[in-house]
Parts: sequence; structure tokens; C-alpha cells
Amino acid sequence: MSRTGSQILIDVLKKEGVEYIFGIPGGVVIPLFDTLFDADLKFILTRHEQAAGHAADGYARATGKVGVCIVTSGPGATNLTTAIATASMDSIPLVAITGQVKTHLIGSDAFQEADVTGITRPITKHNYLVKDIKELARVVKEAFYIASTGRPGPVVIDLPVDVTTDTWDGDIPEKVDLPGYKPAYEGNMRQIKITAEAINRSKRPVVYAGGGVISSNSSKQLIELAEKANLPVNTTLLALGAFPEDNELALGMLGMHGTVPANYAVHESDLLIAIGARFDDRITGKIDEFAPHARIIHIDIDPTSISKNIRVDIPVVGDAKHILTELIKHVNYVDRKEWFEKISEWKKKYRLSYNSTNDVVKPQYVVEQICQATKGKAIITTEVGQNQMWAAQYYTYTEPRSFLSSGGLGTMGFGFPAAIGAQLGCPDKIVIDIAGDGSFQMNIQELSTAVNYKLPVKVAILNNGYLGMVRQWQEMFHDKRYSHTRLDGNPDFVRVAEAYGAAGFLVEKKEDVRPVIEKAISINGPVVIDFRVDPEENVFPMIPAGQAISQIKGVELI
Amino acid sequence: MKHVISVLVENKVGVLARITGLFSGRGFNIESLAVGETENMNISRMTIVVSGDDSILEQVRKQLGKVIDTIKVTDFTGTDYVERDLMLIKVSAVPGKRSEVVELVDVFRGKIIDVGQKDMVIEISGPEDRLEAMLDLLRPYGIKEVARTGRIAMNRGPK
Repeated sequence: MSRTGSQILIDVLKKEGVEYIFGIPGGVVIPLFDTLFDADLKFILTRHEQAAGHAADGYARATGKVGVCIVTSGPGATNLTTAIATASMDSIPLVAITGQVKTHLIGSDAFQEADVTGITRPITKHNYLVKDIKELARVVKEAFYIASTGRPGPVVIDLPVDVTTDTWDGDIPEKVDLPGYKPAYEGNMRQIKITAEAINRSKRPVVYAGGGVISSNSSKQLIELAEKANLPVNTTLLALGAFPEDNELALGMLGMHGTVPANYAVHESDLLIAIGARFDDRITGKIDEFAPHARIIHIDIDPTSISKNIRVDIPVVGDAKHILTELIKHVNYVDRKEWFEKISEWKKKYRLSYNSTNDVVKPQYVVEQICQATKGKAIITTEVGQNQMWAAQYYTYTEPRSFLSSGGLGTMGFGFPAAIGAQLGCPDKIVIDIAGDGSFQMNIQELSTAVNYKLPVKVAILNNGYLGMVRQWQEMFHDKRYSHTRLDGNPDFVRVAEAYGAAGFLVEKKEDVRPVIEKAISINGPVVIDFRVDPEENVFPMIPAGQAISQIKGVELI
Repeated sequence: MKHVISVLVENKVGVLARITGLFSGRGFNIESLAVGETENMNISRMTIVVSGDDSILEQVRKQLGKVIDTIKVTDFTGTDYVERDLMLIKVSAVPGKRSEVVELVDVFRGKIIDVGQKDMVIEISGPEDRLEAMLDLLRPYGIKEVARTGRIAMNRGPK
């Protein structure tokens, strides 16, 4: 039976189990949207293409499925690029379909034309320009396979309008055939045994768990390994929730704004067990002084991650779930009394803390109250900056896929659209975007989307009237010269919310924090809460960029 | 250190840009690049000559392997392999100097493929040092133009 390109695309999407598509129509995708009009797929119309990408990303992070978005050519596609780069840096599976001008016009500077495969090449796992309808079904199938297997990532399909209207009578291929792409899942057995021996012999081991633990769905295996072998565990920002923070073995977050125990444990360890992490500069600080006494084990599905930033002693390439499952069989319980005594001393001495006061609302207090009100069971998305770090530090994450944040690219404006995607993927969860007043305004138009689809997402703005993290750096490293970080001219967020048809609340007093959070949660619709917080509160602890733990700020090291 | 890297890729649109993008995105200059079909028309071989720190090149090699269209990456450096480069040289050869140039070309087992009023075009292939030596010897006569294919390489012995 002959089908149009649009029909073929939709048929493959359905076959791949796609539930939601995020996007915005435009000139060259009108025929595709005409077919979509009758299709048995839910389309979510965002108000900006970047938000469509982040929403698909949030959906993917919350559910583990591939996020899908469709936008038009030219500006539609270029608007989407920030979202694609965000997904790429954090290894999130996305399939992004961009319309393209007619094949014979490509390269002629046609109306709304952009070289999308050229622009997106360095920020995708792979991309395609489909010039022949005969390739379409195969390409879409491959795109899903590539996006979701190995180290996941975004795949772009650039689709000229004449390919969507052309017809073809072929079938969707059953299998993909990619001779150059064969991700290894099983780890090398010999390496796994060497790893187990190293763990069994280690006196001061520590696990450094990254986002790969979440993308490989191996939280359970991580807990089992840590408990069986008696290993303290710290997580990266992207791995928050991969290991329950209320577990006795948990040390919390590692890195620039991580906990002192997590950073100390790495510094003093004799064996660092990195799992699905990539030794980012926000983790290592000064490379020469990172884990100076430790042998380094690195479990990762991506061979290019091994020894990229730091020399690895024992690499194990493969899927964390497969490898941890094997590894568990070969490790023994070791007491390590001295090591754990040291750790519990650090934990006692260096609790995360802030100056609690009744005069002003402290942002940390807001996050703590959100945690208590939701019993730690909400999905928290964040923007980027101070709000992100406080959300990471003061909420206790106990489940994977409950903390969604742009780690690698650090994209302000991510959290709110990501919350929309997460809410659609997890309709029974409370979804809260912990935002800053600066970040929220980078995708504030999505209030329309949330109202449109009656999504009960909550936005908790930690409103300090500044681009807060930059202001903090200016305070600490540039003599308080607040160059263009004051957000004079912020709107009345309550009235903005109301203008969009959402609920809005203003909180200026500490005693109102909890009741308003409770009230917001009880409302079955989008809510914006404008928390006026201490304007010059800083995020601590902080290891300044490129430095070692000894240079930590905001904590008295004893 | 100089590395000769051979990359087998699927013969598809855009592959060259994917591969070269990995180098340019990291600020590496490719010294030479040769691309052509292999015995299998669906597969092309790219031979890339690049210099740089060993650990950075190790990273580049891995990144090359990560490209979906890449089938195989081989770094010939330190292995037993043969390499060739083909060069066309337009050299000034006025009457009276012609026989000298012809002699030199013979010694280097080159070929004269065009003779004009005042110049000749010479074809020569071989390892890089031989081509450089040829250029050095021809320079006094006046080199007008040079075109090179870039290096290609292959392992000795069975595949």
C-alpha cells in the first residue's frame, strides 16, 4: 500500500511506542501536521521550539523513554538547538524531527532554510538528511535505535517537505543494520574480576556514581553492590536519586557544590569506583589533586569517556547494569571500620547548613519545606545556577529519575518545560520546577502550554532579584562588582501567572512558606509561587573552579 | 608526534564532514587527508595525517570510532605499514635546462607527463621523504605549482 512520507513517519513513531510529540508547526511541516491531525498520537503544542525540546527531554529523563519533538525548518530548527545540545551533554535519548525546504531548494538560501545537519552535527549523537522517501522508514527506525542504545543521545532527522508528500509502497524494516555501530553491553569478565579484587582489597574505597547509573536503570544494582561490599557512595548532580540519600552509605553530591564528606572521601580514598560518570571539571576541580591516593576504576558504556580527563587504572567498558550484576557476585563484605569512622566524623562535622533566621526567607529553607511537603517523592526539575544547587543540596532524593536538571550544558530555561514533559510522562507524580527569577523568564511563555493542557506543574521561584550564581562569583572573586546581574524590571510573577490563567502566590514571610507549598500542591493546575528570598544568600560549600578541596569556601575545615 | 590514521567509513553523504569536524572541533590541524572508495563500493577509506600529543590523539582515535558511520579506525604509527603520496610538480624547464630536469626525474623514478615551452609537469609517487627530496632538488630550477594527493597507507602482510 502506498503511503505518504508523513504517514510513514507517523507509522514508525507509533511502532516505536511514541506517546507524546512536542513541537510547533510551521511552513514546511504543514503537510506533516495535516497527517498528524488525524493520527492517534498526542501532540503537545509548546510556545517556543526550545521548550519543545526541553519538554521532550524532561519526558525522557522522567520515563526513560525516547523523547520526540517536531519543529519546522530554519528558525524552528535553530531555536531547537539549545535543547538538542542540552540533551547531548547529558546523554538523553531524543529524536528531533526538523522540517526542511524542498530537496531541490536545499543550499539555495530558500525561505526559512538552515543547514540543520551542519549546525547540529557536533551536538547530536547522529543526524540525517532524508532526501529520498525510500530511506525514510529505515532512517526513523535507526534514529530511535541510535538514540536509545549505547550511551544515549539526541538524533536529528531533517525532513524536506517534498519527502513528506511523496509516496512509497515499501515496508518498515524489521531490523537495523549499522555496521559501524555495535555498542558493547557485556563488560569484559576479566576486567570485572580485577575490579572485584581491587574492591575486596581496598581499605578506603568510594563509589562515584554518575548519570549513567540512571540511564542504564541500575540503581538497584548499585544499592546491592554498595551494601554487599560495604562501600560509601557519592553521586554527581545528574545521578541524584540513583542512590537513596537516606541510606547510611550515602555521602551526597560530589563536586564544586557537593558535600564535604563526598569530596573528602574521594580525596582520601585508595580506590575510586566511577560508574557511568565522566570526570567533568565541576567534579574534579584541579585534576592533579583529584583522588591523589586512589587507583581509579571506570565503568562506562562509552569507551571515549575512559581516560579522557583523568588516567584510569581499571577500565570496564559496557552497560552498568550488566557489569554491576556480575560484579556483585564477586565482591565480599569488608568491615573497613577505620574508614567508616572517619566518614561518620566528617558527616557529623560537615552537615550542609545555612544561617537560619526568621527575618528573611532563606532559599534553602524553601527547598527543605518542598521536600517535607512532598515527603521527598516529587519529581524536581531545576533551572541553572543557585536554584539548581540549593535544589540539589536541600532536597533528599531517594528515587532515580526524580531530579531532572541540565548538568553538562547548564541551560537556564530548562526546568519549566522539562517539568511539563515530566508531568505528561508521570501524571501521578507531583512535579515541581525549582527556579530562579532569571531562569524562569527564559521560558516563561510555557505557562500557556501548562494552562492549555491543564498540567498541575508547580514553579517555585527562589526570587532574589539577581542572576544569583553570577552575582555570587562577582561577590567572591570580583570585589562585589555586580556587573549587570541585578534583575531590575522583574515582573509581578503572581500577576503574570494569573494573566496566563494559572494560579500565583507571593511569599515574603518564613511562616507562609509551608502553607503556600501545601496549598499549591492541592491545586489541580499550574501554580507559580514567588518566594522572595534573601537576595545575597550564597551557595556553600564551594570549591572554586579549577581548585582542590583544600581551597573550599563556606566551610571551616578542621 | 606524527600519526597516520586510517578510517574505514560508510560511503555516505556527510561522512567526511563528521570526521573532519572531530579534528577541527578540537583545534587540530589535519596535515593531509586522502579519501577514496575501497574494494567495497559502500565503504570508503580516509587516510589522515595529524600530529599531536599521544594522549590527545588516543582520544581523537576513540572519537573517530564513535561516529556512527565509522566501521574501523587504525593508527598505523608504530606498526609495519607502507605509505605513498602522489605529487604533480610544474617546474620551470627552459631549453638547455631540460635534460638536467629529466635526469633528476629519472633518478627518482618519476614521470614527465607534460612538456610546455618553458615548463614541464612531473608525476612522482613515494613516501614523503622521497617527495620532499625531489622538491628540494627541483627548487633551484623554479617550482611553479605543486599538487599532492595526501598520504595513503596500508598494513603489510595479510589483511
